Amino acid sequence: MRKALLFNIQKFSVHDGPGIRTTIFFKGCPLTCQWCHNPESQSYQKEILLDADRCTLCGQCEKHCSQQAIRRENNQLLYDDGRCNYCEMCIDHCYNNAREVAGQEYTVQDLMKEIQKDKAFYEQSGGGVTLSGGEVMTQIDFAEELVQACKEQGIAVAIDTCGYAPSENFLRIMKDVNVFLYDIKLMDSQAHEEYTGRGNALILENLALLSNHGANIQLRLPLIEGINTNDEHIQDIMNFIANLRIDSISLLPYHHMGQCKYKKMNIKKTLATLSRPSDLRLEEIQSMFQQEQYEVKIGG
Amino acid sequence: MEQRGINERIQKLRNQSVKAEPHLSIERATLVTEAYEKYLGRVETPMLRALTFQHIMENKTLCINEGELIVGEKGEQPQYAPSFPELCCHTEEDLEVMDQREKIFFKVDEQAKRVQREKIIPFWENRSMRKNILAQMSSEWLDCYESGIFTEFMEQRGPGHTVADGKIYAKGFLDFKADIEEHIEALDFLEDAQAYEKKSQWDAMKLCCDAIVTYGKRYAQYAKELAKHETDENRKAELLGIAANCQVVPAHKPETFAQAIQMYWFVHIGVTTEINPWDALSPGRLDQHLYPFYKKGIADGTLTKEKAKELLQCLWVKFNNQPAPPKVGITLKESSTYTDFANLNTGGVKDDGSDGVNEVSYLILETMDEMKLLQPSSNVQISKKSPHLFIKKACEISRKGWGQPAFYNTEAIVEELLRAGKSIVDARQGGSSGCVETGAFGKEAYILTGYFNLPKVLELTLNNGFDHIGKKQLGLQIGYGEDFKTYEDLFEAFKKQLHYFINVKITGNHIIEHLYGKHMPVPFLSIITSGCIASGKDYNGGGALYNTNYIQGVGIGTLTDCLSALKYNVYDQKRFNIKELLQALEDDFVGHDYIHNLVANRTPKYGNDDDYADDIMVEAFNAFHNEVAGRKTRKGGVYGIDMLPTTCHVYFGSVMGASPNGRKAYKPLSEGISPEKGADRKGPTAVIKSASKMDHIKTGGTLLNQKFTPSVVAGDQGLENMVSLVRTYFNLDGHHIQFNVIDSKTLLDAQRHPEEYKDLIVRVAGYSDHFHNLSKELQDEIIERTEQGFH
Repeated sequence: MRKALLFNIQKFSVHDGPGIRTTIFFKGCPLTCQWCHNPESQSYQKEILLDADRCTLCGQCEKHCSQQAIRRENNQLLYDDGRCNYCEMCIDHCYNNAREVAGQEYTVQDLMKEIQKDKAFYEQSGGGVTLSGGEVMTQIDFAEELVQACKEQGIAVAIDTCGYAPSENFLRIMKDVNVFLYDIKLMDSQAHEEYTGRGNALILENLALLSNHGANIQLRLPLIEGINTNDEHIQDIMNFIANLRIDSISLLPYHHMGQCKYKKMNIKKTLATLSRPSDLRLEEIQSMFQQEQYEVKIGG
Repeated sequence: MEQRGINERIQKLRNQSVKAEPHLSIERATLVTEAYEKYLGRVETPMLRALTFQHIMENKTLCINEGELIVGEKGEQPQYAPSFPELCCHTEEDLEVMDQREKIFFKVDEQAKRVQREKIIPFWENRSMRKNILAQMSSEWLDCYESGIFTEFMEQRGPGHTVADGKIYAKGFLDFKADIEEHIEALDFLEDAQAYEKKSQWDAMKLCCDAIVTYGKRYAQYAKELAKHETDENRKAELLGIAANCQVVPAHKPETFAQAIQMYWFVHIGVTTEINPWDALSPGRLDQHLYPFYKKGIADGTLTKEKAKELLQCLWVKFNNQPAPPKVGITLKESSTYTDFANLNTGGVKDDGSDGVNEVSYLILETMDEMKLLQPSSNVQISKKSPHLFIKKACEISRKGWGQPAFYNTEAIVEELLRAGKSIVDARQGGSSGCVETGAFGKEAYILTGYFNLPKVLELTLNNGFDHIGKKQLGLQIGYGEDFKTYEDLFEAFKKQLHYFINVKITGNHIIEHLYGKHMPVPFLSIITSGCIASGKDYNGGGALYNTNYIQGVGIGTLTDCLSALKYNVYDQKRFNIKELLQALEDDFVGHDYIHNLVANRTPKYGNDDDYADDIMVEAFNAFHNEVAGRKTRKGGVYGIDMLPTTCHVYFGSVMGASPNGRKAYKPLSEGISPEKGADRKGPTAVIKSASKMDHIKTGGTLLNQKFTPSVVAGDQGLENMVSLVRTYFNLDGHHIQFNVIDSKTLLDAQRHPEEYKDLIVRVAGYSDHFHNLSKELQDEIIERTEQGFH
């Protein structure tokens, strides 16, 4: 049975497509965006997270770990994911709720059971399911099967993608997807590689491909002050999409909410150098697109 | 202070209502005592009650507040609450407590204390219903009552909770009197063995018709006198208008919009003065009752939309002027509020099943929004036929975060009523009153008899019926936790204990029902309740067309999570044994971190759309339902269940030790059918799904509370999502849902600086209340209730 690793199933999701939705977060992503607010989405492996703010270093997890995967060093509890067998004993014995597991395996069948639980809400609100991540398009076999199953149940599907996946993957499921929520991060490929780990050629190619095949596309622009918010960059985006069919544009201002997750993963990276564009700047960008007759909103 | 209301008149009246300090009014107690001294033992009981009513209505102080257009107060002035010594005779100590207590106080002046001491107490201390009832209860009943297994609604309040239907807009009290006289004339003393009883009831009802007519006439006269001395020409004309209205109603049926409102208000004062059928009297389907008068007034040019709204806002102030009668003891704990539960059901369907929303419905929505008052509880009934605009507008007001309107499901209500034997027309014209309780308006005596502590029964089940908190044997001695080898054994024992405690409760109920029927007939209320005139029987004696009693289950969320914690950890996963768990409970989980973590965080819980827990909820709900539903009442009706708490979940929690779901000792239980706080971690759709697995149609009402942070329902999309949540819950047969939209930061700040948040109203449970009036525990609980936050 084919399985996928998910790191969250978010119900009553109201900013990832129309109506009331369930958003499925796939674990694993080909990009490593510096501003990623879901760092646990990047690895294709299960992970045990530790919230350092809650941890009192009581040592119960170390004591109860069946694989000796946790050891204390310099007043820190270090975790060896090579040894971990995910028995979750450390979580059972974490009395401060500092530990959690990121990543749970689902078959299409099990996942459909979860998705169908909120069917009554989708039908009432014009909502459906949104496949997000991580990057769902890199797990195309599972995705294709899931999209088919949703179609059979009459559940609308949105796909939230970074676009970095083989073009044939898009061709395989495109016709059964109601809307693509498609990210554009940086128009300059070199800069793109610098900030996300990959160039953007494939991403732009796939966007054009979807447009040419008549897919519904909602463009999503994560905006990080000073990195992709200047007039030239916005103009570059407008030039690129001028000949494409884009239904609407969402401006997603960077937020710091991912910061605590980095701590949980013991990633020393600091996001403090990244900042949110001002409201004024957001409105300016909004009006630049509006002048070209695009429907633009700030937020998801 | 915030200025609210359509114009300066309303703003002034609203300010007066909001600013006035609640006081105990001793006037009614004095008049009742005078009447009893004069008539007790000389006339039949119904006549004694009628003469008492008449004595009050002929002598109570009249009050016309400056600028008001609708007249009549329960006390001498706004916020003066009368007492009911024939039900509960307050001791001198009670008055001190009432005067001094920090929350839900009533100022008692020296004069009132003196009258109570010299006149009221000597006459009533051994005659009150409360004294009488408690003397008749068995020791088992008293033990259970004192230990918090259940409460008793009639212990200091009359059986009430009733709603007016359309008949008071179609007939005046002289018309009702004529109907009664016809019945008296047709009596056959030769053949009808009940003739004498019937006649005494009818004579009493007839006298009450006269009494209310007199009350109206007194107001007409008083308004005329005030007009004579009024120098302001506008006000003079208004006073003469009031006089003219009071010449028509309540003697005759109303002819205008203003008279229709005044008619309702006179009836409201009459019913709530007679005795306190708590949950006041409710206007019920006010939009439908007023609509013909509205239409007529607009058509003939005597009424404008603004004028209609001004009159509605005058009525709102009237409701808010009347705090619920002062309560003491356990009854105060279970219903710790000034709210008197007068409840409106706006919208719904008409008697032919078509959409009931009309122009007055929208005026009522605007009025509740503009007035922002605790009373009346202005709620909406949403049917499949309700226009999108109506529900959206209701959501827009609800989103503002002070709890009104709450949403009732018309189709569920109709189905619940049909299932309980009502006719289709009566069902469509019915609705919810009190908090959420279903009834056939104007035709049914549906009596709530008390809250029932479901988790406490489980606590006793694990301890061989022994209460470790009160140190008393309360239940059956049928085993300790470790004696139950399987989950099924445990649940069987729970059902046996439940059966026993419900028996104790209902045995007491039977006696209380009998005592009220015998000693406390309510001839005035009987006039306006269908069935009573026809049968010649009193409302409290089974005269109503329909008679139903309810027991209200509290803590289904806590109970479910406790059972789930036992089943999952002890019996299924065998993570620890029941003895270890009971030790942890005894130690309030101190030193039992592992067990606490597992039961609190690593166990399936109700409220997450998880069948493991939800199936247990359904099983527990059915056990309670099957135990109670269908039992016979003493008035010829049957019992049903409701799932609502008012503030009783806080009290019930305070009599319990730690529980198997990780809840610490003495903490509140879950409220209504909402999940235990913090247990629902998958958002509102999962809560709604879990809650809808309960068969709401088998109940007489359920209460679901949802709390949102403002961002969740922001913007037009947020509003549409809120509409979708309500509609979906109702498609799934949910009975009622209400929203609090406030961030916890605001609430924490309000707790620290109550003086800055005097206007902050939150939804508690079936009603809204001022945050600063709530006890610290209840405030904490509202803050802690899961905020349904997400991105």
